[in-house]
Amino acid sequence: MSLQSKLESGKFAVSCEFGPLKGTDTQEIQENIEVLKGKVDAANVTDQQSSVMRLCSLVTSALCVQGGLEPIFQVTCRDRNRIALQSDLLGAWVMGIKNVLALTGDLPDLGDHPQAKGVFDLDSVTLLQAIARLNEGFDLAGNELKGKPAFFPGAVVKVESNTEAAAELQIAKLQKKITAGARFIQTQAVYDAETFEKFMQRVEKFKVKVPVMVGIIPLKSAGSARFMNANVAGIRVPDTLIAKMDAVAKEDRAKTGIRIAADLIKQMKPMCQGVHIMAIGWEKRVPEIMAEAGL
Amino acid sequence: MILSEQKPFDEILTYLEKDKNVFIVGCEGCAQSSGSGGPQQVAEMKQKLTEAGKNVTGTKSIDFLCEKALIKSELKGKIDQLKAADAILVMTCGIGVQCVAAAINKPVYPACNTVNLGGTRGEWKGSERCYECGQCLLYHTGGICPLTACTKSLVSGACGGANNGKCEVSPDRDCGWELIYNRLKERGLLHRLNEMMKPLDHRKLMPRPEMMSTPRYGLENPPKAEKPAEEVKA
Repeated sequence: MSLQSKLESGKFAVSCEFGPLKGTDTQEIQENIEVLKGKVDAANVTDQQSSVMRLCSLVTSALCVQGGLEPIFQVTCRDRNRIALQSDLLGAWVMGIKNVLALTGDLPDLGDHPQAKGVFDLDSVTLLQAIARLNEGFDLAGNELKGKPAFFPGAVVKVESNTEAAAELQIAKLQKKITAGARFIQTQAVYDAETFEKFMQRVEKFKVKVPVMVGIIPLKSAGSARFMNANVAGIRVPDTLIAKMDAVAKEDRAKTGIRIAADLIKQMKPMCQGVHIMAIGWEKRVPEIMAEAGL
Repeated sequence: MILSEQKPFDEILTYLEKDKNVFIVGCEGCAQSSGSGGPQQVAEMKQKLTEAGKNVTGTKSIDFLCEKALIKSELKGKIDQLKAADAILVMTCGIGVQCVAAAINKPVYPACNTVNLGGTRGEWKGSERCYECGQCLLYHTGGICPLTACTKSLVSGACGGANNGKCEVSPDRDCGWELIYNRLKERGLLHRLNEMMKPLDHRKLMPRPEMMSTPRYGLENPPKAEKPAEEVKA
């Protein structure tokens, strides 16, 4: 069953994500496909995340299709203008890619080519509008397409914000993303079911109902949790979880991190329509996390 | 006003590697206001070049280096000094350097980088900047420009990368969209956040092609009112 039919029929869906590496060696990708296919409903393929140049998400997504793993093709507005974005999207459809996740993208300054020009011709909202136009059989300029796609477009949102302005801006922009055509939402990692519940209460008031997949990043150590708290916008690991990670011996850290992730999934499953597991290096352990969470 | 800043002195010296004799031209317009090429900076440059072993054949600061006719008339009395120079160092914006290069038959080098046209007026040190987008969006954003306040120039809202109100690119820089949010809230205009925005028309960000051909064109050929789209089609 495809991600789209699963979410649209109200079934709980599971996605994960992995990033292509720098270079032409696709062995790691093939290994991920083998481990994940038949386990998750779909896998996000990141688009040069953190502005670090890598093998492209379009071709990697196509490899997933060929290997039998349904991809969610991540597209950022950082590197391509509206001509290239639309062209890549048409190419993606031809290669059998159905799910697209529209993102603004990080600034090039944060990556390994800080001299590069950030494009940002479109942003996440106007990219979703472009996808909607392509689905209708037209490009952004209003020209008719010969053969049209039927993408299942998605968008992202942060659940945690550390200022009122950031929180309200997230809600306002999420509303715009849905208006622009987003039909599923994946969230940044959440570590607090109560915060997530409050967030979902606001989303449930939206006129258009869109399935939300809660983001999960398994903790690897107390240090990495502290690092995320200090450096990653929209992530807040509560002190109680950091203390739990601190308390265990080094060899038990992975097990504890996975158990915490599984507990979070169990707590939040009743509040939403899916889970998005960002394992960051632990892609091959995603089935283990799912089993522990009873998925 | 066009904001410029001096290039690193080492970079200027590499331009002059093969040139011993230099004539320096300064600008008493924007470059003087920018602190990059007024009479004071010209005098300082002369001293630094002399210390670096160069022979400064002469200097001249002119009101506006964007005026080629003015450049020629002001430099008439300096012909011998100009002739003695291997190269001319121009301390102003890119337009001024191009005008001097067009007016004088010598190698002409820039001593400054043109930073932006940034809405800076005179000595104004405020943070407001204009993107010269030709499609002003300030109505929608509480009078704070999203194109200059947001490092990604996003029109649809915040990217989500801000942490504690600061941009992902630097903890010293405010998130432009949080500034916009706070302004809209303060003025009772938060509903503006929900307005769907179109992507920018980048044609309007570029100088019109006819204006790119010469800086005087705009003065000599005032823009005509645009025809409605239907008329153009017909």
